[in-house]
Amino acid sequence: MDQHSDRKFIIGGIILLITLIILVRLFFLQVIDTSSKLSAENNSKRIDFEYPARGLIYDRNHKLLVYNQPAYDLMITPSDLKPFDTTELCDILKISRERMKEGIKNSYKKLRDPFIKQLSPETYAVLQERLFKFPGFYVKARTLRKYEREIASHLLGYVGEVDEAIIQADPNYSLGDYIGISGLEKSYEKVLRGEKGQKVYLVDVHSKVMGPFQGGRFDKDATVGRDIVCTIDADLQEYGEKLMKNYKGSVVALEPSTGEILAFISSPFYNPSLLIGRQRTQNYLLLQKDTLQPIFNRPLMANYPPGSTFKTINGLIGLQEKVISTQSEFYCDLGYYSGRVRVGCHNHHSPLDFREGIQNSCNAYFCNVFRRIIEDPKYGNVTEAFNNWRRHVVSFNLGSRLNSDFTNELPGFIPQSSYYDKYYGKNGWKALTIISLAIGQGEILVTPMQMANMTSIIANRGYYYIPHSVKEIQGQNNIDERFKEKKYTTIDTANFRPVIEGMYLAVNGGAGSTAYWARLPKIAICGKTGTAENPHGEDHSIFIAFAPKDDPKIALAVYVENAGFGSSYAAPIASLLIEKYLTDTITRPWMEQRLLETNLLYKN
Amino acid sequence: MKRTINIFGSIDWLMVIIYLFLVFFGWLNIFAVGYNEKFTTIFNLKLNYGSQLLWILFSFILIIIIFILDFKVFPFFAYIIYGLSLLLLLLVLKFGTEVNAAKSWFRLFGFSIQPSEFAKIGTSLALARYLSGYGITKFTLKTFGICAGIIGAPFLLILMQPDPGTALVFAAFLLVLFREGLPGWILVIVVFVFALFLFSLLLETGIIVTALIGIVLVFHFILNRKPKVFFTSLVIFGIIYAGLFLANKYLEAGIRYDLVIILALVISSIIYIVLTLKHKVKHVFVLLIFLYGFVAVPYSVDFVFHEVLKPHQQKRINIMLGKEQDPRGYGYNVNQSKIAIGSGGFSGKGFLDGTQTKFDFVPEQSTDFIFCTVGEEWGFVGTSVVLLIFAGLMVRIIIVAERQRSKFTRVYAYAVASVLLIHVAINISMTIGLFPVIGIPLPFFSYGGSSLMGFSVLLFILIRLDAMRKAYL
Ligand SMILES: [Zn+2]
Repeated sequence: MDQHSDRKFIIGGIILLITLIILVRLFFLQVIDTSSKLSAENNSKRIDFEYPARGLIYDRNHKLLVYNQPAYDLMITPSDLKPFDTTELCDILKISRERMKEGIKNSYKKLRDPFIKQLSPETYAVLQERLFKFPGFYVKARTLRKYEREIASHLLGYVGEVDEAIIQADPNYSLGDYIGISGLEKSYEKVLRGEKGQKVYLVDVHSKVMGPFQGGRFDKDATVGRDIVCTIDADLQEYGEKLMKNYKGSVVALEPSTGEILAFISSPFYNPSLLIGRQRTQNYLLLQKDTLQPIFNRPLMANYPPGSTFKTINGLIGLQEKVISTQSEFYCDLGYYSGRVRVGCHNHHSPLDFREGIQNSCNAYFCNVFRRIIEDPKYGNVTEAFNNWRRHVVSFNLGSRLNSDFTNELPGFIPQSSYYDKYYGKNGWKALTIISLAIGQGEILVTPMQMANMTSIIANRGYYYIPHSVKEIQGQNNIDERFKEKKYTTIDTANFRPVIEGMYLAVNGGAGSTAYWARLPKIAICGKTGTAENPHGEDHSIFIAFAPKDDPKIALAVYVENAGFGSSYAAPIASLLIEKYLTDTITRPWMEQRLLETNLLYKN
Repeated sequence: MKRTINIFGSIDWLMVIIYLFLVFFGWLNIFAVGYNEKFTTIFNLKLNYGSQLLWILFSFILIIIIFILDFKVFPFFAYIIYGLSLLLLLLVLKFGTEVNAAKSWFRLFGFSIQPSEFAKIGTSLALARYLSGYGITKFTLKTFGICAGIIGAPFLLILMQPDPGTALVFAAFLLVLFREGLPGWILVIVVFVFALFLFSLLLETGIIVTALIGIVLVFHFILNRKPKVFFTSLVIFGIIYAGLFLANKYLEAGIRYDLVIILALVISSIIYIVLTLKHKVKHVFVLLIFLYGFVAVPYSVDFVFHEVLKPHQQKRINIMLGKEQDPRGYGYNVNQSKIAIGSGGFSGKGFLDGTQTKFDFVPEQSTDFIFCTVGEEWGFVGTSVVLLIFAGLMVRIIIVAERQRSKFTRVYAYAVASVLLIHVAINISMTIGLFPVIGIPLPFFSYGGSSLMGFSVLLFILIRLDAMRKAYL
């Protein structure tokens, strides 16, 4: 009667088959595959960060340079949105209805992105009073940098939002965080930023907070960033920027006894306030397009030949290698002639001894010295003698990075013998081939920072501390150990005395002194002028100086681009800065006036 | 009085216990979805778990009524109940409240009633009544026609709401017919056409037509078992198709991809028919008729979808298929559902400790996606137990069915098992991404009065009938 009774097995089989398929799928989904556990956690977790205030920056005399100002990001919690007066809010925020629509739409997708970043204080003031009318909108406080004195932008650097690459590389950062991008802000980021706090919430799909995540186990309070006392003397820096305002170039002033950077000027400079907040990117692009290159960090990145200031180094090497003595005299007939080589000189009495050679910056004198160094028979050949010369030069940390606490430093260049081998062939060159090195021209390139350090070494009679920009760090007993280490050159202390005397005479020696502009009646300034040959236009004016002679408190290197001889612009600027730093007065307003009234910014 | 005692002795307590377990566990999960720290009492009727308690109470009352009623009312009133359910389906099309672009609900005294739940019971009873009738000993074409009519009427009415998901459930009754003698190949073809129907909405017509031609070619080979015949047909179609395809491309005729295939199919089938007239090749005409019939499905679906259905009805179908109302893009719902279930792991996050389902990441989490909560909070242990208990219930129903002397009860039991099977299979499959998202509830689990009461009545009519199995002597 029931001939299809066997079909119960088929139907039962279908039921079991379907059950089995689902069971296997569930097993894979729940037991084997672990990816959904992760997705689930990210789904239902929201991290609210508390941003600590960044550490403050003071000058060496504890005068405030950089602090923080509040900024307000307008945020949206889409689940709390209720109908509101769109026109009123658009008016307050000064945005279009389309922008509003777009923002609300985006808020569903990117819950943590601010709707409007960094409201202006005026907008915030108006909005704050009426915020209750707009449920779902709230304001999140952040801090932005503010500058008590708008100076030293190249040294201080700036702060910006982290990008994707930074987030990937460092788990400490997440979208919307700020980070130091250059200068002190970058090199002392870890000190200044403090520790971000966070509150982890459990949220529903609308990002509505349902309670603390795992009982607040991952919550932590923010720790305020630590303050920094930098080595800059704000008054000196400010005065230097005032003097350099109309010139391209740089000034680096160091305290020889510590290596602390007293002034760090790169001109033309920019107002550091331009690179904060919402306008940062836009302003940065404008600065970047500026043909005067205001964001170019000249003290660390400009490579110039040292010019005649380098005669001090050649002199020191000559004395050290005993190829000359301080009594050695050389004749100069408006230059140095040897075969086809001719290096001109200016008019001065002849012959000159060592001190007079420096005082008069005689090219012939130092061509002779250099030739003696390179042709020194005790080294057997030119290459060995050159390598020895180079060994002395690099002991002044010329042509290589100082590896200090500043960023974007370029090394400069001191050629190796192999460089000339490549250029002229092995044994294809001799002292005369590279004679321009005698007067600091040719292939040799250094940065103003290296020049200032070289000056500091001379002032110290043979040693230096790595130039650095931070003096004290809050909550830390000492700055980095490497800044406390005395570094010696290959030159004996005794050999520095005649060089220093020559430099003293160059400023204070009367007739024949190349830098009489820099003279100050009560302060013993030692200096050396230089001119960096500029193939693209007027030469650059260089002056290195330190003072006082017997107890140096300041050593500096001044570069003024396209200003011709070193004595014309660089020397008076250096002199005024020394006077300002050591006496805090200016006794030569006419000199200051002349500098302020001239403008070489657009000269080539 | 004597009879009542008799009934209690013959009740299949295993089914009752499974029922109570599923309802209770289902409620626990609905509670877990709605639970938060503001929880005060489980009797809050404003919340799902509170009103579900009410629905459970109503279900129990209905069960008692079923046991009070004489068991003979079910076969006796089967057609009337069926007729009533069809009437309700008609009325809902006119007076129903539109939810999600479909008119499937009555709103009465603040309650929502879904007549399609009632229609499942009516159709089960009507089928049982008809197939248990005198003279139905062999499954003739007439028998099939009448059965198809009984199933087809509510199916079409529900399709008109349009609620294709619920309509699809009625396809489950084919299993009942199969048990009662429907030839197997009809079942296979109907299942195939249903699948085709569904895929037509989801996939490009060209892909479907190509797949169909491939399938028929394979069948052609299986029936003839001659490689030569298979390759001849394949080569003829292949050459003509390639020719037309290239012509379309280089002449820049711009003919639609699927139309090119069909043109190739028509030309090659004519050539093939001429060739086969000389040589004896079996089943060519039958296969071609089926092929053209199948090919017509996606086009008729396309036509009905775009020309007959109104935009809001199209929308409804698109919602059902997960193509629309997906603010985070296609597949969001299934993705979230899979994340929720997967995140439960082997042993689950613990009762009330789920985050995905509780915090609305999963859509419809206490109705159609209640299985996500099981998966998240109870893990693989919970999901496999629930699944196996469902399977156990279905198998138990089949065992119960096979022990009946009454054909009416047997057919009805198979109807119950089939409806449960399709609901459980589709509902769970869609939450784990094995099936498109079709909004049908998980029996006894999902939140909702109509669904819970409907399934309770459906099951307990069987238990009531089974309890009286000895009365048919
Ligand atoms: Zn000379």
